[in-house]
Amino acid sequence: MTTTPAPLTEISVTPPSYRHDPAARLRPVNWNRVTDEKDLEVWNRLTANFWLPEKVPLSNDINVWRQRLTDEERTLTMRVFTGLTMLDTVQATVGEIVQIQDARTEHEEAVYTNIAFMQAVHARSYSSVFSTLAGTPEIDDAYQWAVANDVLQQRCKTVLQHYYGDDPLKRKVASTLLSSLLLYAGFYLPLHFSTHAMLTNTADMIRLILRDKAVHGYYSGYKYQRGLEKLDAARQDEMRVFTHELLEELYELELQYSGELYEPLGLMDDVAVFVRYNADKALMNLGYPARFGAEETAVNPEILAALSPGADENHDFFSGSGSSYVMGKAEDTADDDWDF
Amino acid sequence: MNEGGGLLSGLVYFSSVSENTRRFVERLGLPATRIPLHPRREGVPRATEPYVLVVPTYGGGDPRNAVPKQVVRFLNDPANRALLRGVISSGNTNFGADYCMAGRVISAKCGVPELYRFELLGTDHDVRTVREGLHRFWTRHSSTEAPAA
Repeated sequence: MTTTPAPLTEISVTPPSYRHDPAARLRPVNWNRVTDEKDLEVWNRLTANFWLPEKVPLSNDINVWRQRLTDEERTLTMRVFTGLTMLDTVQATVGEIVQIQDARTEHEEAVYTNIAFMQAVHARSYSSVFSTLAGTPEIDDAYQWAVANDVLQQRCKTVLQHYYGDDPLKRKVASTLLSSLLLYAGFYLPLHFSTHAMLTNTADMIRLILRDKAVHGYYSGYKYQRGLEKLDAARQDEMRVFTHELLEELYELELQYSGELYEPLGLMDDVAVFVRYNADKALMNLGYPARFGAEETAVNPEILAALSPGADENHDFFSGSGSSYVMGKAEDTADDDWDF
Repeated sequence: MNEGGGLLSGLVYFSSVSENTRRFVERLGLPATRIPLHPRREGVPRATEPYVLVVPTYGGGDPRNAVPKQVVRFLNDPANRALLRGVISSGNTNFGADYCMAGRVISAKCGVPELYRFELLGTDHDVRTVREGLHRFWTRHSSTEAPAA
């Protein structure tokens, strides 16, 4: 009879633990022993969604950029996208990387390397828009603006202080809020233009980014909840309060930052609704109820349609006003229809 | 009788380890049966009365992967398909045209109406609408059939 060896997870650590315990035995990641099925599910989802900006025909937007957009709209676009670049740079170089050390499983460490790289792709993608549509002086102006803008700086630093803090769960909250709250005022602009048939290829690229962000927000929110359930009631309550306070702080900063950008074009009311709608989704990703009410988060149907074609239609069959459903002919469902 | 144990009621749902859909269903405050995470181990429930299915959307745009495989297993049972009356699905509008794809796939395949869509955990507004909507839905059905709620 042989004795069963102790599980490797009990006698060894993953490389990030070296910092705290240099003497511990190290173990390589083993994707054949997955302990949290979400790790594999999200890994597969992320790799299936992989894309690069070079695949998006951004040059088809050049005519619209030159002929239909006003000077004011062009400057706004440059600034909004530079602001998005800033946030994705924070995520790629710090926000996702710092979460590797907090991983609950070795596969989670790998997933965060994927997310970090994809954030770098997102940050890179706005530069593709710039180089396609604008010239070096406009690009340089936008970067000068970003470095000089106090509110933009403060938004980033409010999040960064928690990334470099000592609480792993606060890192998760800060990261989820950045991904689900701060970015969306920026995403609003290309969605808005696309409802007027302008910069539609740029909007297509933004939709690819949105798809990624949904998975990133879901995953960090899910892992946050796995960590939270290990805490006692007092610490859980402390985290709930922290989350809501940080949300309020970032929401106020967002209104100020986006107000300066969008107010001159009369778009800010619409943008604020979109920010609240996404703030609620951030909270839900973290497992908390929505904070804002249905009226405060009723996104402009045109924007919702640009985000998700069909989502603006009435899918409330219950109310009786839902006309979008027509009773279809039932398919003759064979068992193998469904099989994988 | 159903091999998974427990009698089915007017709501059947699937929820992954994220528990998002379970939390939505619990807030409805209506009796509901969960399709287990590991049907091979835990058994596939069999419906014994008409029901509405609540299901999250999976996958990355390929409609074949939109319906969680546990739900596919459940619906592969003709007896379960025969008693399905409607589907409610969850998703995230960030997935664009794939938002709530699972609801559309099941609706088309089984010829039942897609009753409602909601995002993530669902808001209080979603919970109210679905609770009241289900009540009216089953009342309308009651001339011919009704769940033993």
